[in-house]
Amino acid sequence: MMKKRGFLIILALVFCLMTLGSRSDAEEKVIKMSTTTSTENSGLLDVLLPVLKKDTGISVKVFAKGTGASIRDGMDGNVDVIFVHAKTREEKFVTEGYGTQRYAVMHNDFVILGPASDPAGIRGKKDAATALKRIAEAKAKFVSRGDDSGTHTKEQQLWEATGLPLKTETKEIVKKGKKRKVSFKSPGGIGQWYFSIGQGMGKALIFAEEKQAYTLADRGTFLNYKLGRKQGLDLDVLCEGDPALFNPYGVIPVNPKKYPHVKYEMAETFAKWLVSPKAQSLIANYKIQGQQAFFPDAVPVPVAKSD
Amino acid sequence: MDFFVDSLLSAILLLGSLDPELLEIIGVSLKVSSTSTLIASLVGIPAGFLITFRAFRGKALLITVLNTLLALPTVVIGLFVYAFISRRGIFGHLDLLYTQEAMIIGQVILIIPIVTTFTISAVSRIDERYRETALTLGANALQTAWIVFREARFGLVAAVIMAFGRVIAEVGISMMLGGNAKGFTRNMTTAMALEYDKGEFILSVALGIVLLTVSFGMNIIFHYFQGKTRV
Repeated sequence: MMKKRGFLIILALVFCLMTLGSRSDAEEKVIKMSTTTSTENSGLLDVLLPVLKKDTGISVKVFAKGTGASIRDGMDGNVDVIFVHAKTREEKFVTEGYGTQRYAVMHNDFVILGPASDPAGIRGKKDAATALKRIAEAKAKFVSRGDDSGTHTKEQQLWEATGLPLKTETKEIVKKGKKRKVSFKSPGGIGQWYFSIGQGMGKALIFAEEKQAYTLADRGTFLNYKLGRKQGLDLDVLCEGDPALFNPYGVIPVNPKKYPHVKYEMAETFAKWLVSPKAQSLIANYKIQGQQAFFPDAVPVPVAKSD
Repeated sequence: MDFFVDSLLSAILLLGSLDPELLEIIGVSLKVSSTSTLIASLVGIPAGFLITFRAFRGKALLITVLNTLLALPTVVIGLFVYAFISRRGIFGHLDLLYTQEAMIIGQVILIIPIVTTFTISAVSRIDERYRETALTLGANALQTAWIVFREARFGLVAAVIMAFGRVIAEVGISMMLGGNAKGFTRNMTTAMALEYDKGEFILSVALGIVLLTVSFGMNIIFHYFQGKTRV
C-alpha cells in the first residue's frame, strides 16, 4: 500500500516537472521591452500587443519608464528592444552600437497646457517658444517633468529656443573611474515658480492641475486625462500646432553584437511588425476619446472615419 | 564592481563639493522628518503614558489597533491625506498638497502609532513600585509621570529614534504628498527614486550613501543625549 502511494507521488512529481518544462517552452517567445510611459499610459500597447501575439506568437513584457531610463536599459542590455521618443538620443544609441537600427514608427505632438484663467496670456499663440517665454516673464507657475524623459528633453529644447538665459546645473559624478558631468537646464525660478517634479506624465498633469500651473504634455496622455476620467483634468490646451512640438517615436532592437544574450531575432520581428502596414493602420485608427492620438510614420495609411 | 566604486566616489565627491542642490535635498529631508518626529513625539509619548496608566474600556482593543497601525503602508496614508487636501477635497482651499506641510501631516500619521506603542512598552516595563513609591511619597500624577519618564527614558529615546528612522527613510508619503518638486519638496528618498527613474543609478546610490551617513550622524547625536541623561 505504502509502496504504491510512493510510486504515485513520484509519478505526480514527474508529471509536474514535465508540465513545467513544456510551459517554459511555450513561454520562450517572450521579449522584454522598455518604453516611455506615454505608449503604455495612452493605451496604445493594449491594442497593438494582442495583435502582435496573434500574428507572430511573440509576447512582449513591457517596462514603462521615462525615455532616459529606457535607453539606459537598452545600454545595459536589460531588455531586447526599446520604444522611445527622443530622436537625437535614439540616433546616438544606434551610432554608439547599442542598437541595430532605428525604425520610425509614428509621431504625436506636444501641447502646452494651462489653467483657463491663463495668467501669462498665451492662449492661441502659435509659436511654442514665445508662449514659454511669456510664462517665464510672467513668472507663472510651470510644472516640468524634470525626469530626463523625452518630454523633458523636448521642454529643454523649447526653453533653449526662447533665447532666455538658462540656468544649467551640473553635477560631477564618477563613472568608470572618470569624472563625468550630468547637466540639467531650466529657465531658473526653481523654488519660486518652476516646479521640476521628476515624475511621469500623468503625475505631472495632476500636479499642474492641483497648482493650476502651465505644463508641456503629449497629446495622448492629455486626452486620456481630460476626457477619459470621470472628473476631467481642469486644464486647457493653450498652445498647439507648432512644428517644434512634434514628437516622433522610434523602436530600436538592442544590438546582439553588444549583448549576445538579447533575443535579437524576435526583437527585429517585432520592430518590423510595428512598421508593417497592418500595425501602422492600427496605430492610425487608435483613438483616444474619439480623437486620433498617433500618426503613423512608416507607411501612409488612410484613417478610417468613425464616430 | 565598478558600479560600487563609482557610486562611492561620486558620493564622496558630491558631499565634498557641498553641492548646493544636494544640501538643499538633505535640508528638506531633515527639516520635514525632524518636524514630524517632534510633533509625533509630543502627541505619542503623552498618549502612551495615558494609555498605560489609565484604565478604560476598550484599552486592549486600542492597543491592538495601534499595533496594527504599525504596519500601515505609506501609500495608504498618502492616499487618505491626498483625498482630504487635494483641490477637490475638503481642505482643498488651503493649497496644502505638494508642500512640505503636507509631507509632515502624512509622516506624523505614519509614526504616531510607532511612538505610542513603543512608549507603552517602555513605560510598562518600568517596575510598578516606582510609581507606587512616588504616589505614597505624596507626588501628584504629573510628578509621578515625570519619575516614570526618567526611568523609561532609554525606551523613549529608542521610540523617537525608531520614528525618525522610519520617516527619514520613507518614500511613499513624500512622493504622493510632497510631489518631489525640486527646491520645494524634493528630499533624499524621492531624489533617489527620481535618479533611478532617469537611469542615473550612480547618483541614486550616492544619495543612498548620503542618507545612511545622515542617519548615522543623527543616531550618534541621539546616543550622545542618551549618555548625558544617564548620570
